[in-house]
Amino acid sequence: MSSFMRAALAATMLTGLAFAGASSASAQAAKPAAKPAEKVAAKPLPAGLDPSKGPAPFASTYKPLPGQPTAIVGATILTATGQQIDNGVIFFSGGKIVSVGAAGTPVPADVAVIDGKGKWVTPGVIDAHSHLGVYPSPGVQAKSDGNEATDPNTAQVWAEHSVWPHDPGFNRARAGGVTTLQILPGSANLFGGRSVTLKNVPSHTMQAMKFPDAPYGVKMACGENPKRVYGGRGRSPSTAMGNVAGYRAAWINAADYKRKWDDYHAKAEKGEKADAPKRDLQLETLMGVLNGEILVQNHCYRGDEMAVMIDIGKEFGYRTTMFHHAVEAYKVGDLLAKEDICFATWASWQGFKMESLDGIDANAAIAYKAGACTVIHSDDPIMTQRLNQEAALAMAAGNRIGMNISRAEAIAWITANPAKALGIADKTGSLVAGKAADVVLWSSDPFSVYAKAEKVFIDGGLAYDRNDPKFQPKSDFELGQPGEGAFHQ
Amino acid sequence: MIRTTLFAGACALVLTTAASAETVAITNAKIETVAAAGTIAAGTIVLTDGKITAVGANVSVPSGARVIDAKGGVVTPGLIAPSSNLSASEIGGVRETRDDGSGTEMSAGFDIAYSVNPDSPVIGLARDGGVTSAAITPTLSGGGGGAHRDDGDAEMEALRENTAGRASDGDPRLFAGQAALIRLAAGDPDIVTKAKVAVALDLGQAGARAAGGSRGAAIVLVKSAFEDARAFARNRSAFEKGATRDFGLSRIDLEALVPVVEGKTPLLVRVRRASDIRQVLKLAAEEKVKIILEGAEEGWIAAADIAKAGVPVIIDTQADLPDSFETLASRLDNAARLQAAGVAVAITGSRDFNNLRLQRLNAGLAVANGMPYQAALASVTAVPAKIWGMSSVGTLEVGKTADVVLWNGDPLETTTWPTAVFVGGYQQPTDYRGLKLRDRYARPAGAYPRAY
Repeated sequence: MSSFMRAALAATMLTGLAFAGASSASAQAAKPAAKPAEKVAAKPLPAGLDPSKGPAPFASTYKPLPGQPTAIVGATILTATGQQIDNGVIFFSGGKIVSVGAAGTPVPADVAVIDGKGKWVTPGVIDAHSHLGVYPSPGVQAKSDGNEATDPNTAQVWAEHSVWPHDPGFNRARAGGVTTLQILPGSANLFGGRSVTLKNVPSHTMQAMKFPDAPYGVKMACGENPKRVYGGRGRSPSTAMGNVAGYRAAWINAADYKRKWDDYHAKAEKGEKADAPKRDLQLETLMGVLNGEILVQNHCYRGDEMAVMIDIGKEFGYRTTMFHHAVEAYKVGDLLAKEDICFATWASWQGFKMESLDGIDANAAIAYKAGACTVIHSDDPIMTQRLNQEAALAMAAGNRIGMNISRAEAIAWITANPAKALGIADKTGSLVAGKAADVVLWSSDPFSVYAKAEKVFIDGGLAYDRNDPKFQPKSDFELGQPGEGAFHQ
Repeated sequence: MIRTTLFAGACALVLTTAASAETVAITNAKIETVAAAGTIAAGTIVLTDGKITAVGANVSVPSGARVIDAKGGVVTPGLIAPSSNLSASEIGGVRETRDDGSGTEMSAGFDIAYSVNPDSPVIGLARDGGVTSAAITPTLSGGGGGAHRDDGDAEMEALRENTAGRASDGDPRLFAGQAALIRLAAGDPDIVTKAKVAVALDLGQAGARAAGGSRGAAIVLVKSAFEDARAFARNRSAFEKGATRDFGLSRIDLEALVPVVEGKTPLLVRVRRASDIRQVLKLAAEEKVKIILEGAEEGWIAAADIAKAGVPVIIDTQADLPDSFETLASRLDNAARLQAAGVAVAITGSRDFNNLRLQRLNAGLAVANGMPYQAALASVTAVPAKIWGMSSVGTLEVGKTADVVLWNGDPLETTTWPTAVFVGGYQQPTDYRGLKLRDRYARPAGAYPRAY
């Protein structure tokens, strides 16, 4: 069935429901009233005009790679729930983790068994901040699709519509153990647009990478970038206070838009005459936040700016899910913990612009110890290949001042915690029975500079194997080019 | 009050430098000499008056020496950053703090030695990665790192567009200027150990753009500049009288190119594509010019040619993306393959994000991708020393300058950090700005704000 036909069918079904609702409402309307609302059979809106109705656009067509029941026996397992199991066993089947435990955990007789002796197992790495696909390799102007830098508010654009699935960077990231990515628009704007969460499988369509049922995020940006981009053009925002005025004006419009839709739906449900607001893609994204359906992913370097952004959320009744590039999280760790807001940072990038001047290696560790939900992200097609090592640097910086952060804890910074920040923690991010079999087998301690991902499973399917060229996919772009997409021995 | 404190601090630093270095013995150490002695599994190294005076398994500690028990830690030569903007650039996104770009007015004549700020806080950060000396190399126009793509790099791009290959009376400005060597000695008012050690030249895409849009133009212009420099050197008096033909570059720029065409000073050529590398090798042979390659992402394809020409390369081992049409064949084992082919390979940290201190991890990455461990150690010590003619550093041998780092483990490993860094025998302070910020916020909050 074509997507058009599916949409048409869905529209017909919705029409039927709307009529049914209207008739029951009419039956109740016999009671006398002082000034009865005008009752009419609500006219269903044409397909695409009511964002709350109809099938989700650009729906995921993701299908897991073929897999077979597999056990890895004898490896050191970091579950990302705080446990390190030496000489452990993990068994997955049907795309899900079936069991994780110590040596002797039973494994069915007829499954594939991988000898994990000397190796380590972790959940698939989740990069909560990536521009793969939207700023792909090669970095030519024709493929520079990450920043719709034409207006400070472009909440209407969706990163998924810029994703080029053939970006060779996806293959590099997978070889670094990355199984899930949040692809974000850039930070030129106060509201950059919607993010999309992808399963890191090779595909020739974006939809077939889309993480099923993952919520959308909206990219917001604090600080220097929006005011530089727009101030440089002689328009607002050109200052930090201009930024904040811009966010608040947008949320006022969004709250008003939400009120109109809520009124419309309330009336339509009661069978009263109602005019639907005209659908507005920009306000729809922001309304999604106010409705608790879309997560706020906020680029925000400085601690003092995070505190301001938190207050904007309180003013308009939403909560920021995560601050990205939060190099000053260590200054506000207690606040982030209290507000239950995650922060994402690098360990090693600092001082490359004024707002990153106070970045320190121990940022993650200090805020983590203050109780904040800690995430190590990349924002970079190179670093994403070694998020395990970036987490190691962050952990080591804490341990250098006696924090005794264990690998069992720190692994969550690139797995369970980004899963939480992406709203997919019920599905992936930790090695727990029932969750997706997104699993990495490492050659050694993944916090070592020498560690390499040997096998990467996504939903139980073998997506990458360092020792088998059949499982080292090449992008369309790289075929017939020098190097042919091979980037390691 | 503040002024007095600062003044007192400055005096103390100067005095420290003026006094002769103490005698230090680091005992119970695994010593990586990166020299003929190889790895000493358990030994002692003695630093006296700024020099290494003893190193070995059975070395006695001189009387009066300060003893540092390494407790099994690792001692290496101080790392040498083979190409960086350290001390000439601080905050990539803050134009006022960046003096590593040749700018709009100069080409080969630009001299980065005058950009050096010995008080740059970034030096302490680099030293915390075990770096004790560096080659600082200019970049063409406004380049030199800073913002990343998420940052909507429009400002940087505009700067590059406005400066690279800018129309002017003479030839476009292809040469980025002259490099210098520095030592990361705290309190030393002059950390430049040698200026004018190379002239940097960007070829490939960047050079093509600077030359007006094409590689064909870039190489022609380089050859023309060399010819002009030779003509200029042959007859300076005619030039002074205005009795020569017009040269494409200014007197200042030609002056800087004279030692290059005389084969005394190397040309640091930034080039990435295999075909461009081969063009540069050919150019160097024809022009009898010494070269060092930087970048060389597709170097592994031309490894045999590079080795045959005896040309050293400076590699960023992380570069494995086809991020441009001149790096399509980038590989993680580029350094390993080049080294195996007999090329002298130096490994660099990133110029951007002040990530020079990750040089040691980039060497670790090379090991993970096939480079022998000792070769990787050499790629951040002995090899860059050799490339830049720094004969007194880069190895742990008696008589060498005491640029020495003690690590709490494998220096190439993520979970390791330096526990003592010596430059010229002086133990360096470890309280750079980042650690002060860390210590301010790592302690529990009190009743007063943390600024007290």
